Amino acid sequence: MNTMTTTTDTTTKTTVLEAKGVTMRFGGLTAVKGVDLQVNAGEIVGLIGPNGAGKTTFFNCLTGLYVPTEGSVTYKGTVLPPKPHKVTEAGIARTFQNIRLFHNMTVLENVLVGRHTRTKEGLWSALLRGPGFKKAEAASEARAMELLEFIGLEHKADHLAKNLPYGEQRKLEIARALASDPGLILLDEPTAGMNPQETRAAEELIFAIRDKGIAVLVIEHDMRFIFNLCDRVACLVQGEKLIEGTASEVQGDERVIAAYLGTPFEGEPGAAEVAEVEAAEAHAEAEAEAAAEPEAAAETETETEAEAADEDEAPATDADAEADADTDADSTTSTTSTEGEAK
Amino acid sequence: MTTNTTPQTDTAKTASAPAALLYAVIGGSLLTIVSAFLAWTWTADFPGDLTFYGSPAGLQYVTLAGAALTLVFALSALGVKGLGWLTPAGSRKAVWFLALGNAAATWFTVVAITVVLGGVINLEPGAYVALVGSLVPALAAYKLPDDTRKAAAPKAKLPSWAEILVITGVFALGLFVITFGIDTDDKEPQLFVAYLITVAFAALALNKSGLLARFSALTANNRQVTLIGTAAAAIAFPFIQQSGDTYTLIAVNILIFATVALGLNVVVGLAGLLDLGYVAFLGVGAYAAALVSGSTASAFGIHLPFWAAVIVGALASLVFGVVIGAPTLRLRGDYLAIVTLGFGEIFRIAMGNLDGDSGPDITNGPNGIPNIPHLELFGWNFGESHMVGGIELGAYANYYFLMLLVMALVVVVFSRAGNSRIGRAWVAIREDETAAEAMGINGFKVKLIAFALGATLAGLAGTVQAHVNSTVVPENYVFAGPVPPNSAFLLAAVILGGMGTIRGPILGAALLFLIPAKLAFLQDYQLLAFGIALILLMRFRPEGLIANKRAQLEFHDDTADQAPTDLATAKAGA
Repeated sequence: MNTMTTTTDTTTKTTVLEAKGVTMRFGGLTAVKGVDLQVNAGEIVGLIGPNGAGKTTFFNCLTGLYVPTEGSVTYKGTVLPPKPHKVTEAGIARTFQNIRLFHNMTVLENVLVGRHTRTKEGLWSALLRGPGFKKAEAASEARAMELLEFIGLEHKADHLAKNLPYGEQRKLEIARALASDPGLILLDEPTAGMNPQETRAAEELIFAIRDKGIAVLVIEHDMRFIFNLCDRVACLVQGEKLIEGTASEVQGDERVIAAYLGTPFEGEPGAAEVAEVEAAEAHAEAEAEAAAEPEAAAETETETEAEAADEDEAPATDADAEADADTDADSTTSTTSTEGEAK
Repeated sequence: MTTNTTPQTDTAKTASAPAALLYAVIGGSLLTIVSAFLAWTWTADFPGDLTFYGSPAGLQYVTLAGAALTLVFALSALGVKGLGWLTPAGSRKAVWFLALGNAAATWFTVVAITVVLGGVINLEPGAYVALVGSLVPALAAYKLPDDTRKAAAPKAKLPSWAEILVITGVFALGLFVITFGIDTDDKEPQLFVAYLITVAFAALALNKSGLLARFSALTANNRQVTLIGTAAAAIAFPFIQQSGDTYTLIAVNILIFATVALGLNVVVGLAGLLDLGYVAFLGVGAYAAALVSGSTASAFGIHLPFWAAVIVGALASLVFGVVIGAPTLRLRGDYLAIVTLGFGEIFRIAMGNLDGDSGPDITNGPNGIPNIPHLELFGWNFGESHMVGGIELGAYANYYFLMLLVMALVVVVFSRAGNSRIGRAWVAIREDETAAEAMGINGFKVKLIAFALGATLAGLAGTVQAHVNSTVVPENYVFAGPVPPNSAFLLAAVILGGMGTIRGPILGAALLFLIPAKLAFLQDYQLLAFGIALILLMRFRPEGLIANKRAQLEFHDDTADQAPTDLATAKAGA
């Protein structure tokens, strides 16, 4: 919580992206149901939700990969056509949840492909190789190298993309997206599969992107990452937006916790056992207290230690207690791991 | 003195086993060379007349060349001064492949003599000498210890005149080898088979010895010289044809085939669109040119100049490419393959039916359009022989030069388009269409451009083909048949040679044209052999004979992983 000092300059409140009532149905299944979302310039907005909540589907609706069944998406006031390349041309770039680089192209070529919408040289110009073509190629290459320096991969420009380590592939995907000079970048789980150091580096990178004046909308499961990073967080559950607000608002919201970890209710399978364990513990405690007096001090110590261990375990099965706990390192990891089981 | 000799004997001892083996290789090679000067059989009935004592003939030249190569490389492996440059990346594999190739070619020859003449009784002692002489090096070289190493950089950089000299020499040699292959008599399939075995193993050996890599580094340093050398070697080909026009015609057909394969390479190799009916675009160009070039059977009865016919043919192909591509390129995956396969067949059958019976009389039906007059450019009649510099060039040499120009044009188009914004977009589409679209590439538009460009290039080649053959019939444009170019062979040429490269499809086309032409005796088994060869190739070298940088890394993961890690550790160490 101490790193929640991401004060952003929110004086420029121009809306970059506005999604209104976006609904996506696949046959009878409604993957996204009437989601409104607004991203302002200079903002980092997080999108969280359990697996299958429709986050990536929502992304695909925004980027034209899917045509929303209902609702509209506007970018800087103009309604976006549902064609991926036109969306990119308008100024929205994206990365993919499962890295989708052009594996058999070099790192530099990958970024150059990202420049596609910002250059205009067609087939004739390529065949005739006039001075305009050479100038444009040189400019594209310079810009691509600049971006590679920005992510720190300039020394690997000639490597094949597939030969990069995982973390660098994620970075390269971001550089490729940035190459189209976007006003908004959508990142789909940019830290999936990364170690803590890489995650921190990714955090820095996203702040640096924001500082370039590019708004960021990010899907992520790593709660600490998202609460450190985002000015606003929206939580999507079963296709519907549950809540939107600052990180602490979302974090404290009971419905969010319930969505991730499930709600305890009467007659819940397992509840009886929990109660039983608690009762047994209480009983044991009472006994221990009773026994403490006549018995040796050493014994008591060992017993209370065992109790303490029991107590540590018991709340772990209790969802509320765990989620209410402060989001220090331990609880975050356990939250993310439980979430996998929850779905 | 004694202290001096001890270490020497030690090294001699450790080196003695390989040295003995190398001496065996050298001895065997020498024996083989000697055997080439002996008679292998007593009768001239066997093609090539191997009955002379004192001079090699026919197939013996192949054995002689193979043995000489083995000898030189074995000497280099032995550490003979002045030959070390032959094996920068290790000698064992090179010697072994050469010896193996020579043994295979020699044994094949002797077995062929026995089979053709009926029995071992027809062999003269020279043949037995050759058998033993070629077998010994192959066995000995197999036992050699592996000394494969990373090729060290050449110690002293050659002066530029020497580099140019080397390149010229290699091109001259290459021209000689290719000419030898094309000029082998169709009646002597044995000679071509032995030639093919020797060349294949020699190429493999040169590759393993690291000599090819060194030479390609040399050509990369002297691109201008290489280009001029390639052009000069190609232009020189008709001039060194002693036996008239026959083999120039084969070369012209190879050039047509290679040009169309290069066009297909844009579609398949760069954009990744599987086109199974590509030969139809060649047909559209050929038919369009034939109809407007003054053939007596043409429905239009007009005779446009050649340049106009070329434009008509290319434009007709372009239109067909767009018409076929526009509805199908919106789809992904195999739909395009199915539609193009269908289009290829529709084209051929439609051309066969437009004969006035079941449709308008345009193409003269199955009889095709005959009697297309020869080209005449600037008063230069393509149908006649001409004297150039005291050498008589046959009629087909004219078309050969014309086709060289067309191919040069296609090569320029391919390399320039491939190495540009649009070319990167094609490769991106091939790699991952969804990601490419998300990067702002209009997939449909870009694919349509690739498809239309490929069609246009094929149409261009078709206009020349119509004049070369002087007749256009629908049966030339089938999906699969024993005579290239057809769609299956075109695709095979691209894949066999190496997708996305320039040299690959040219080499693939040359092989796929020459092998069926020279091995006509295989008859019905040709397609079977062709299929087996393709399967073997896909198993052992999926990236094609000539791999581009990307594919090489793609298919051989071991090397792909190695190089960057090496780099990374080197960087970390530094």
